[in-house]
Amino acid sequence: MSSSKQPASTSFKAPDSSRLQLDEQGRLRHFLTVESLSKDILTEIMDVAESFSSVGHQAVKKVPVLRGKTIVNLFFENSTRTRTTFDLAAKRLSADVINLNIATSATSKGESILDTIRNLEAMHADMFVVRHSDSGAAHFIANNVEPHVSVINAGDGSHAHPTQAMLDMFTIRQVKKDFSNLNVAIIGDILHSRVARSQIQALNTLGVKDIRVIAPRTLLPSDVGSLGAHAYGDLRQGLDNVDVIIMLRLQRERMGSALLPSEHEYFECFGLTEEKLAYAKPDVTVMHPGPINRGVEMDAAVADGAHSVILQQVTNGIAVRMAVMTLTLGHSRVAG
Amino acid sequence: MNILIKNGRVVDPANGYDGVQDVFIANGKIESLGTEPAGFTAELTIDASDQWVMPGFVDLSASLREPGYEHKATIASESKAAVSAGYTAVCCLPDTTPVLDTPSVAQLILDKAEEAGYAKVLPFGALTVGLEGHTLSEMFALKKAGCVAVSQAPKNNINSQVLRRALQYAKTHDLLVVLKPEDVLIKDRGCVHEGAISSRLGLAGIPVSAETVAIAQLIQLAEETGARVHLTGLSSTKAVSMLARAQFANIAMTADVHAHQLHLTELDVGTFDANYHVSPPLRSASDRDALLAGVVEGILSVSSGHQPHEAEAKQAPFPSTEPGISSLETVLPLMLKLVDEKLLSLSQLVSSLAHGPSEILGLETGCLSVGAPADICIVKAKETWQIDEKNWLSRGMNTPYLGHQMKGRVTYTLVNGRLVFGK
Amino acid sequence: MGETVSAVDVEDIIDTMAGELAQEMKRKKRVDPLMIGVHTGGLWVAEKLHRKLGLKKPLGEIDISFYRDDFSRIGLNPQVKPSQIPCEVEGENIILVDDVLYTGRTSRAALNEIFDYGRPVSVTLAVLVDRGERELPLHADIVGLKLDLSPEKQVKLTGPAPLVLETNRN
Repeated sequence: MSSSKQPASTSFKAPDSSRLQLDEQGRLRHFLTVESLSKDILTEIMDVAESFSSVGHQAVKKVPVLRGKTIVNLFFENSTRTRTTFDLAAKRLSADVINLNIATSATSKGESILDTIRNLEAMHADMFVVRHSDSGAAHFIANNVEPHVSVINAGDGSHAHPTQAMLDMFTIRQVKKDFSNLNVAIIGDILHSRVARSQIQALNTLGVKDIRVIAPRTLLPSDVGSLGAHAYGDLRQGLDNVDVIIMLRLQRERMGSALLPSEHEYFECFGLTEEKLAYAKPDVTVMHPGPINRGVEMDAAVADGAHSVILQQVTNGIAVRMAVMTLTLGHSRVAG
Repeated sequence: MNILIKNGRVVDPANGYDGVQDVFIANGKIESLGTEPAGFTAELTIDASDQWVMPGFVDLSASLREPGYEHKATIASESKAAVSAGYTAVCCLPDTTPVLDTPSVAQLILDKAEEAGYAKVLPFGALTVGLEGHTLSEMFALKKAGCVAVSQAPKNNINSQVLRRALQYAKTHDLLVVLKPEDVLIKDRGCVHEGAISSRLGLAGIPVSAETVAIAQLIQLAEETGARVHLTGLSSTKAVSMLARAQFANIAMTADVHAHQLHLTELDVGTFDANYHVSPPLRSASDRDALLAGVVEGILSVSSGHQPHEAEAKQAPFPSTEPGISSLETVLPLMLKLVDEKLLSLSQLVSSLAHGPSEILGLETGCLSVGAPADICIVKAKETWQIDEKNWLSRGMNTPYLGHQMKGRVTYTLVNGRLVFGK
Repeated sequence: MGETVSAVDVEDIIDTMAGELAQEMKRKKRVDPLMIGVHTGGLWVAEKLHRKLGLKKPLGEIDISFYRDDFSRIGLNPQVKPSQIPCEVEGENIILVDDVLYTGRTSRAALNEIFDYGRPVSVTLAVLVDRGERELPLHADIVGLKLDLSPEKQVKLTGPAPLVLETNRN
């Protein structure tokens, strides 16, 4: 199944989060979604990340940019990986970090999200890095914090994972330099993927040529056009002439909900092997937000092969998060 | 009390009447129209110049929250809000705690309504015990205790075999069955229309088939059993056309649409505004237009779908908020807006809000005929007002229209010839 | 467009500074010092000084953008260069080189950054231009040129070749 070549999302006007994310001077105050952010802001994030990318290699691995600030990692959904990178990023900026894994703390005993936030604000938290299984959770929290507090979305439901998208864009910029001629394919469970949604928005804002989503119908949203991409059900067609392939992680639960028959069939149809890489351009770049299910999304040869920049993505993750924290919290805001 | 309503424009589509005429009320009924009855002395005269005199509205779907959820609302607070909004009768869904499946709960609700002394409350008895979908409720006893219909709404946990038998049993006692058409398995954890917004925002979507699959089943069962079925809260184009075809085939099926569904669409959800989290969901603009066409053609009545909530119910990320709008008090201005925009005629407004629902329920109200109960509302169409906490009567402040300017306000409401709202 | 500071030959000034620095190191018995230049102008000056003095230890460079105290008002300069100090700072005699000494805040930031690396035995500050009007109690040990400028004027070193001192209106 291929789709029409009409430019995606021309008639659909996406909801605008600018009033919430930006302050009166148009600077980032919260980082909730890539949606409605200008190309200039996305470029600024990547440029600032560039300046931070050397920090980890220096003898002094810290800079005093956020010294005295308190950053709370508010993870309502488990994730050691992402939480660790945010933790590391905050510490490299000399901030104080509190890690809250909500499943085991007061909220599971019934404390509402608002009460949790108020308590933490009373302890002078300056920033919340939030991961939650509900789409819209970061927006909800951002709508309810004090004026001097910033919120960073570390992933909300299936809605957005903006820092992941930005580190992916940063990585693409390092490898391909220019966005304007790129054909990008995203393969996997698009329907449930906050990563894919944010990536598609970022790629469109940065002006790539074409974005393809490749997945079985059960794993595609009903209105792919309003998402800003073109849908393909066939890997060969979808990968034709592609410069960058982004593989998404497949979750085991999908088999249980009658969305897919098996991991084996998924790998047969949509998994990446060296052979299938040949459908794309010879210098194609392969990316994955991690962790990889070897033998489901791709085989070892691709994961560890010359086209893969997966480890680079991980390194870039810290610099990009340092950039986002600095841009949102780093400029003074009058409280109240 | 003898009451005279003079100089008002009487809008009564049931009798095909629209004109300026005096209305004479005595002994709780409409005594005469136009001509003063012999020996009539008005103890109260209402000057309705430049105002509209209509039959009081009858709401086919509201959750009044009592007994069991008094932190959200009570019968007293909501029946008062109802009369201020032109409603003289409100049907309440059986989703109370304890469930409305015994005569004593029905009696409790009727007593509370009488004690409050505002709008009549017409209870819907539960279709199954505890609304659990397994055992038939004692429908005869519920009818005797004052229930005007039986209903499984807002739930849908009833398998096809039990549903068929419940319809047959309700038919035996000539009871209307009110159902919310929704296939819960297809709906799954959806919270918005499956379309552009769900795709873009990553919110679980409710496809149209969640509604139409249920309607298809109900049409077949209604036809086969001969039961009278009323569907509450339609939301899609497809649903309207299925209903129209069923009615054309003389199947005893009626339906209503919530007034806000005639205005709002999925795009109003915007950036996760929980005020627009409703069930059934707001769908696309073309669905909204088809629903309005259904009202204009007389296929659909209009209900409020009133769901008052405490503040906390909406203070969470969108998918975790409770769906529902506190809607009684905005029905009239929303409907009047359609009349202003020439999308709906005034008599279609009265038909959909008063006459149609009364006919569906088999009541004598919904018209201003001589001898009918004097359930009347008087409307000042040009009066504008802004919704704020001070003038809002429902205990639930969960309305997306808070702070908005509304046009059209009720000045007087009479229930059984008694003034229950008015300056 | 800036005006070149008249009759100033930056190369000559740096030559003089090198001589004074050599004397200072000898006087204080600081053998084999570690020179560190502050990006960007200070590094240009340091490169020349390093060569003229024939220092053995390689030249270090630091970018003080992250250590600025006016960061929250002006935000982050995206052109931040990496800081690289090729030896251990601990126990060293440091020569810190910058182009312009004015309020003293840049030098304060540079000192903070150096101390994050370790504890030096001494720090000698050498600047090409001292324009006075300190806001912090800092002084330079070696000054190439003293300038008295009104506050609306800014002095800048342009380079790297040729090195030219320019004044601009702020």
